[in-house]
Amino acid sequence: MVCAELIIQIKNKFPAFNALEVSQAYADEVRLKVEPSLFKNTCLTLHKILPSPVMMFFAEDQRAGRGCFVLNCQFVSFKKGQWVSVYADIPDDQACFESLARDIYSASLFEREIQEMFGILPQGNPDLRRLNLHDETWPQGNFPLRKDFRNIQPASLGEYKFAKIEGEGIFEIPVGPVHAGIIAPGHFRFSAAGEPIVNLEIRLGFTHRGVEKLFEKKAPGDCLRLSEAVAGDSAFSHSLAFTMAAEKISALTICAQASYLRAIFLELERAYNHLNSIGGIATDVGFSFPSAFAAILKEEILQLNQQLSGSRYLKNINLIGGIASGINQEKRKLLLKSLKAIKRDFEELVKILYNSVSFMDRVESTGLLHRKTAEDLGIVGLAARASGIPTDLRQYFPSVYQKAGFQMAREESGDALARLNIRVAEFRQSIRLIEEFTSLLKDNEEIRTESSLKPGSALGYVEAWRGPVLYWLKINEDGLIERCKIVDASFHNWQALAYAVLGNIIPDFPLCNKSFDLSYTGNDL
Amino acid sequence: MINILKNRIFKGIVTRKLKTSFFKNIEPAGKELKTLMRKRFGRSLAIRQVDMGSCGACISEIISANNPIYDLQRFGIKFVASPRHADALLVTGPLTKNMLLALKNTYAATPEAKFVITLGDCALDGGLFKDSYYVQGGINEALPVLLHIPGCPPEPLTIINYLLDFLRQDSKK
Repeated sequence: MVCAELIIQIKNKFPAFNALEVSQAYADEVRLKVEPSLFKNTCLTLHKILPSPVMMFFAEDQRAGRGCFVLNCQFVSFKKGQWVSVYADIPDDQACFESLARDIYSASLFEREIQEMFGILPQGNPDLRRLNLHDETWPQGNFPLRKDFRNIQPASLGEYKFAKIEGEGIFEIPVGPVHAGIIAPGHFRFSAAGEPIVNLEIRLGFTHRGVEKLFEKKAPGDCLRLSEAVAGDSAFSHSLAFTMAAEKISALTICAQASYLRAIFLELERAYNHLNSIGGIATDVGFSFPSAFAAILKEEILQLNQQLSGSRYLKNINLIGGIASGINQEKRKLLLKSLKAIKRDFEELVKILYNSVSFMDRVESTGLLHRKTAEDLGIVGLAARASGIPTDLRQYFPSVYQKAGFQMAREESGDALARLNIRVAEFRQSIRLIEEFTSLLKDNEEIRTESSLKPGSALGYVEAWRGPVLYWLKINEDGLIERCKIVDASFHNWQALAYAVLGNIIPDFPLCNKSFDLSYTGNDL
Repeated sequence: MINILKNRIFKGIVTRKLKTSFFKNIEPAGKELKTLMRKRFGRSLAIRQVDMGSCGACISEIISANNPIYDLQRFGIKFVASPRHADALLVTGPLTKNMLLALKNTYAATPEAKFVITLGDCALDGGLFKDSYYVQGGINEALPVLLHIPGCPPEPLTIINYLLDFLRQDSKK
């Protein structure tokens, strides 16, 4: 029987467990179908034994064909290098399920999303306020991700209720959605007593564009541009996770050269964004020289991106089955030469930052995220690594990274400095990895495999610079996308910011925010 | 401090002279513009950027236009934090439902004489997102737009070029 070991483990903890169907569609994906009544406890058991936060939790509308909704909850097992999903059919006339949120915090936001997009009620979830479809603009009872949604039916509008913090001397500071400098919109409501922050409520969803619905009924090949526009600073990661899912469904094998090229572009994206964040942290403590210096270095990598791929943000380069154009010998020379200069300048930048006592004083112990809090919230990616949680898809799903001797960066302290340290370490590693992969490149070799697309569903995953980017994709018999669920690391990690700022003074908020550097659009979709 | 000085001396001036043929007019145009803007606004041009749901690449390029290499500020164009300090709004992204009210409020908060510039293909007609249930098209459906800077995203030099060209024409009227 498939995955017998996992089933035994679940049964030990949860004797009533009984799977309707167990399948291993791909080497790295295990699927368990259960009765809706067992759904909650199966998820709780997996959450404990793997251990894993809810990485992805979404619904699918199959009412037209099968008369039901399908719930799908994904966990990750780093030990085995596998994704475990639990799914259950929810009948149309009883569109509800038992909420996981009281036991697994990381399920909470996903449940709110399922409720607003599909109208499936998570019974027992203490917070059912909408995330992306703001009450002030979107009438109640309209569920856009249902297949039969056409036009908005007029209905009454509502109002978003912020948590109210009361007490002597407590005052509220609302900020946004139009806030700070050149930045995407979000609303931050601080409750403060004097200078220290007592509570921060983050309201997002302002940049909601209905991306997931836009994928539907389109051919996967036509959706590459769209996946790149989900989060422009992670354009390559998003398109890579998307193509990976499509390739898995169609059993396309990617040739070695294309995998190296993809790894190079992924690391270039990480490098320029880490530089951007490091510069941003310097800006937010008012240290202008290194911030300008980091901006110059970032610009150099953006220009390098353009010379290598034709796009500063690595758009239009990734394809289903491979990469649009290779890096020839001339470009390889240019790449290595530029990296050498960038590396030298980067070490200068690090020296300037770390030798400044006042800078170190600002970042040390600011925006503390304890490991326990991070684990409870289900924080992923860079922020989790800075709080001591070993998590990096490049480590546990290595593919080409194994050859290059990848080493995961990790810090214990969980403050802004820890996140800065991780960025510095990862930047150095990225440059080394790019050099390593570049040495493996050859001219005139296959960089694209072509094959027709098959129907099916699969999960694509990439460790982007913020953390994992996940795409769950389903393609129907006509070769069109039936459902595409996207999760950017920001969706998990905005919660971390709300906790990390507690007890910090309000003027340190920009610094805390930048030390996480999360995406608004990647979260709002 | 010694590191900063050392670095500063060895690096020299990194700001682009903008000598490439396509942009050769920028440098003199910038100077001309400075005088024109002094006459018109009595100071430099202050812009507040408003994002409506762009993917972030447009924002990144606007930030890049302000980095030491392109240095938009040398032409007297600066980005400000509050619409109350702004002469113009620079809007990126499609017209999303959730941001509509905030955009109108930001516009209302900007003192007269004001104008709106849009940047990036999404801002023109919704771009990749125009068929979405949550996008109502381009920014010009909500506000009068005087200038559009095309691209996905437009590069920093394109942004500078469009801004300067527009301000020059506008000043001649």
